[in-house]
Amino acid sequence: MSTATAEILSFDEAMEKFDPVLGFEVHVELNTRTKMFSSAPNAFGDTPNTNVTPVDLGLPGVLPVINRVAVESSIKIGLALGCKIAEKCHFARKNYFYPDTPKNFQTSQYDEPIAYDGSIDIELADGTVFTIEIERAHMEEDAGKLTHMGGATGRIQGAEFSLVDYNRAGVPLVEIVTKPIVGVGARAPELAKAYVAAIREIVKNLGVSDAKMERGNVRCDANVSLKPKGQEKFGTRTETKNVNSLRAVEHAVRYEIQRHAAVLDAGGTITQETRHWHEDTRSTTAGRPKSDADDYRYFPEPDLVPVVTDDAWIEKLRSELPEPPAARRKRLQADWGYSDAEFRDVVNAGVMDAIEETIAAGVKPATARKWWMGEISRRAKIADVEPAELGVTPALIVELQGLIDAGKINDKLSREVLDGVLAGEGTPTEVVSQRGLEVVSDDGALLEAIDGALAAQPDVAEKIRGGKLQAVGAIVGGVMKATRGQADAGRVRQLILERLGVEG
Amino acid sequence: MPEITREDVAHLARLAHIDMTGEELDRMTGELSVIVDSIKTVSEVAGEDVPATSHPIPLSNVYRDDVIGETLTNEEALSGAPDNAAGRFKVPAILDEE
Repeated sequence: MSTATAEILSFDEAMEKFDPVLGFEVHVELNTRTKMFSSAPNAFGDTPNTNVTPVDLGLPGVLPVINRVAVESSIKIGLALGCKIAEKCHFARKNYFYPDTPKNFQTSQYDEPIAYDGSIDIELADGTVFTIEIERAHMEEDAGKLTHMGGATGRIQGAEFSLVDYNRAGVPLVEIVTKPIVGVGARAPELAKAYVAAIREIVKNLGVSDAKMERGNVRCDANVSLKPKGQEKFGTRTETKNVNSLRAVEHAVRYEIQRHAAVLDAGGTITQETRHWHEDTRSTTAGRPKSDADDYRYFPEPDLVPVVTDDAWIEKLRSELPEPPAARRKRLQADWGYSDAEFRDVVNAGVMDAIEETIAAGVKPATARKWWMGEISRRAKIADVEPAELGVTPALIVELQGLIDAGKINDKLSREVLDGVLAGEGTPTEVVSQRGLEVVSDDGALLEAIDGALAAQPDVAEKIRGGKLQAVGAIVGGVMKATRGQADAGRVRQLILERLGVEG
Repeated sequence: MPEITREDVAHLARLAHIDMTGEELDRMTGELSVIVDSIKTVSEVAGEDVPATSHPIPLSNVYRDDVIGETLTNEEALSGAPDNAAGRFKVPAILDEE
């Protein structure tokens, strides 16, 4: 058994000495109603071993039949990744013994993937764009879910037995494989995260996957190798399996770079193997050794006939593709008139969709941004949730902003109104009346407060009469204090000047 | 095609999780060689104008609609299992041999 903590080099030192080479295999679970080769429901969280047919259990004599929608979803993924779509391809059996696969083989594709030779532009947080080449995207089926029992930690190491649920066995998967990614340097961990985020966004946008990483709808195997600066030949790689959150992808790539660097720097060699990612220690441990030609004895699946595509079918599917996420971002930024930095901040804060809905509900782009990037983001940060999860709806913002625009409340009061709404006290209008938050718009009441403030600060009043208009602020402050903030500062200023007979 | 060696057969037996005696390996090496030779004859007959195929009948695009059908109950699913627990198949722990 390997130790949980290996020697690692600092990331900076690793980057001084080595160039990282990355490669990703991302598995996407499709959200078809039924499985890839059987009519069992493709559903998450049901009673174990109920979404199964004899096909999913690999019982003798069964015959699989391909799900047409799964093939079409796979073609859509291929098109969205800029891939060529195979005119003809077939399925193959990948033979191995493991209890998650009751047939003792996984039905996959080998020499003829449905989609190949694509590329995707990945934009990093600061706007830098990297192009990642896609080697292939092929169709296959998911395996059953194993729960390892009896071990100290529930992990596979030290387990005494395993329990298997085949509800997931046969769920349609598309595996997306990149070509080796070179020349990314110190931005490798960031690119890794951004790539998986982009794949997730694309398949979600296509509507072909629920794309929830926490449910395993999108799973990433991350390949890392290092080569000394200036060397052309790739080093030995490791494959960290099932890294299943964006943050973990970034950390796992970073960790493996540092670990490889320490081994190589000390004159050692990297063992080609799979690695297990441990979220708790943010490190990897050795899995099984791996060779480039693992002996899976692939052969064409005799129970399934080939998938043959033609232009008419592909063009029909292409015409159904939604606007790609990157193109949509470009369009929205232009429509809204945000600067590059403003728009990037909006995207990174995860509030682009919310702002789009808010604007669609009738709020001006600048105002929508002010709400989502300001008050709502501030509250989300305090509550440690995503801004979109706070329960603030576009309709709510429309109403709040409407109250501000009508002069009923000011910006400061609107925050208090929002408090009330989020506390379940009703609509903004109801909260305003229940909490008595309406600004004092009765000039009589304001003048009374103004007279009080002028009397309290006669020297300031004198300065204003003498033409020092910037001194007005002190009187406005006094009035706001007297009205507990419930006054329209602009109106107060106007009234003060009128009262003192000074031209604004 | 290269000859089938005794090592090839031993390797395949390992991959297939089949225990074979030395005598069985010897016999199987001979038998598999005969099969490979027979297939070689087929390859000689098929000229370059005959494309490779994985199916005897030239069918393609046989699909099913994405409609949910009948499933097994949990009891039915587990009825052939050597052992089960908590509604699931119970198997010996195998260390990452995937």
